[in-house]
Amino acid sequence: MMKKIREKLSGGVFFTLALSTISALVIITVFIFVSGMPLIAEVGLFSFTFGMNWSPGQGQFGIFPMIVGTVSVTLGAALIGIPVGICCSIFMAEFAPAPMRTVFRPAIQLLAGIPSVVYGFWGMIFIVPAISNHFGGLGMSILAGSVVLGIMILPTIISISEVSIIAQPRTYKEGALALGMTHWQTILRVQLPAAKSGIVAGVILGIGRAVGETMVVIMVLGNAVALPESILDSVRTLTTNIGIEMSYASGQHQQALFATGIVLFVIIMILNITAQIITRKKVK
Amino acid sequence: MKRLIIAAIVIISMSVLSACAENGSSEEKTTRVIAAGSTSVHPYVEILVEEYRFLYPNHIVGIQGGGSSAGIRAVRNEIAEIGMLSRSLTEEEQDLWSVEIALDGLAIIIHPDNPVDNLSIQQVRDIYTRSITNWSEVGGHDARIHIIAREEGSGTRGAFQELVMADEFISQRAVVQNSNGAIRQLVSGNRDTIGFISLGLAEPQPGMSDVKALSLGGVAPTQKNVLSGEYELFRAFLFVSAKEPEPGSPTRHFIDFVLSDEGQEILMAEGLISIRGRVNDEED
Repeated sequence: MMKKIREKLSGGVFFTLALSTISALVIITVFIFVSGMPLIAEVGLFSFTFGMNWSPGQGQFGIFPMIVGTVSVTLGAALIGIPVGICCSIFMAEFAPAPMRTVFRPAIQLLAGIPSVVYGFWGMIFIVPAISNHFGGLGMSILAGSVVLGIMILPTIISISEVSIIAQPRTYKEGALALGMTHWQTILRVQLPAAKSGIVAGVILGIGRAVGETMVVIMVLGNAVALPESILDSVRTLTTNIGIEMSYASGQHQQALFATGIVLFVIIMILNITAQIITRKKVK
Repeated sequence: MKRLIIAAIVIISMSVLSACAENGSSEEKTTRVIAAGSTSVHPYVEILVEEYRFLYPNHIVGIQGGGSSAGIRAVRNEIAEIGMLSRSLTEEEQDLWSVEIALDGLAIIIHPDNPVDNLSIQQVRDIYTRSITNWSEVGGHDARIHIIAREEGSGTRGAFQELVMADEFISQRAVVQNSNGAIRQLVSGNRDTIGFISLGLAEPQPGMSDVKALSLGGVAPTQKNVLSGEYELFRAFLFVSAKEPEPGSPTRHFIDFVLSDEGQEILMAEGLISIRGRVNDEED
């Protein structure tokens, strides 16, 4: 009797706890939308997303420069992170001898464990002055943000890509080799295409991380709210806009920051759902 | 199990009772006041509180940052007794009780190696609207001017907007940093930058690279010149409260300490300007 109750009880407890994580998601989502929607309704979705002018003090709420900022920094990070990440995962899956792999894998996991503020600090002290010295300007720029974020998204891309390459049935590789393909041809023509969906999912999750990153970009981007003219210009991303202004914002200004959060939320959601759809296809 | 619960209840109620008795019997009750608000005022109040705690160990003052507007919010929601402001009250905030605790000069800072020593307020304004974009136009070397500003909503930015920019606006191309310290750090590290921070924080500080505070229209940014009104860039630091604190209340006690000779001397030593010097000033 007692046992039965305990069994039921434990089930109930776990269910409640599981439910609380879901409800946290629901609560946050609802809160962001309720807080931000009034402003979008007032300003208009179009002039909010495509407005060029952000000066809440004068009642102007246009976040287009920040969308451009987010996209440009993310693209830069992807340009740096994707090739390096995919090559690294191919190396680990196919070329690295076992002892080397045992060093590489924890090292890359460690890279994922470094707190983002440390990345940002390193970028501010090392990358920003380096850019300033070599290319002129202030150094706080799209380039600086791309370099630091590019490194930050490596662990995500590498671990997911590597797993999806390794997870291919051995017969693929054996068959290709037996048909006379070289090792490199096998990788390029057989294994990579077969692992494509996993790699793409890894890349998308990495990009999602870059889009959502806040601390690093506050520290190295310079946060200017203008359309950039070159990669050496300072930009502001959607996340930085919230991070940098939230402490002083009140009234409409605060609503506008929540509205920025809505746009960010939608972008991240689209990225994550895309990643999930792609990985699910693979299972079928 | 039941016995445990009963024991716990007994212990808790006993300790609560004894705590009440202790409070009632002690001669002076421990009081608690919370001050929240501007990050510009925060460091100064922290120093005041250190001294205050030493003099009146029973009066505890807690300090929180968050920004001027957060200070207002905290006072309105009765989270804090005192709101710290680095800007004047807006129209909607006029119902709050406020008192000036000190004046703070606003320093226009550049890199010490920059040959420019003096600018007119008009020149500073033109630099921040980007009508002037090269240091050679104001007597410096041939290099692009990098303007650095505080974020939208900050009290320091508000003061700069009001005192320097008048009807014009800071260029969207300005790099934005969200603290006095970050601006100081950036300016001290790059020869082509210009920024604005609290005058008290522009002075040489141990362990930090120096910055140069510019004279404006030939008037050096010193405490004396602010007091005489010759140096025009200054603002008041305010304490605000939901209603006038009653005489004898802990809040009043702390405010009286801040306004006393002793409190004002501490603020002067830290680079602020005592409001007492301004009492005779006819302007205000």
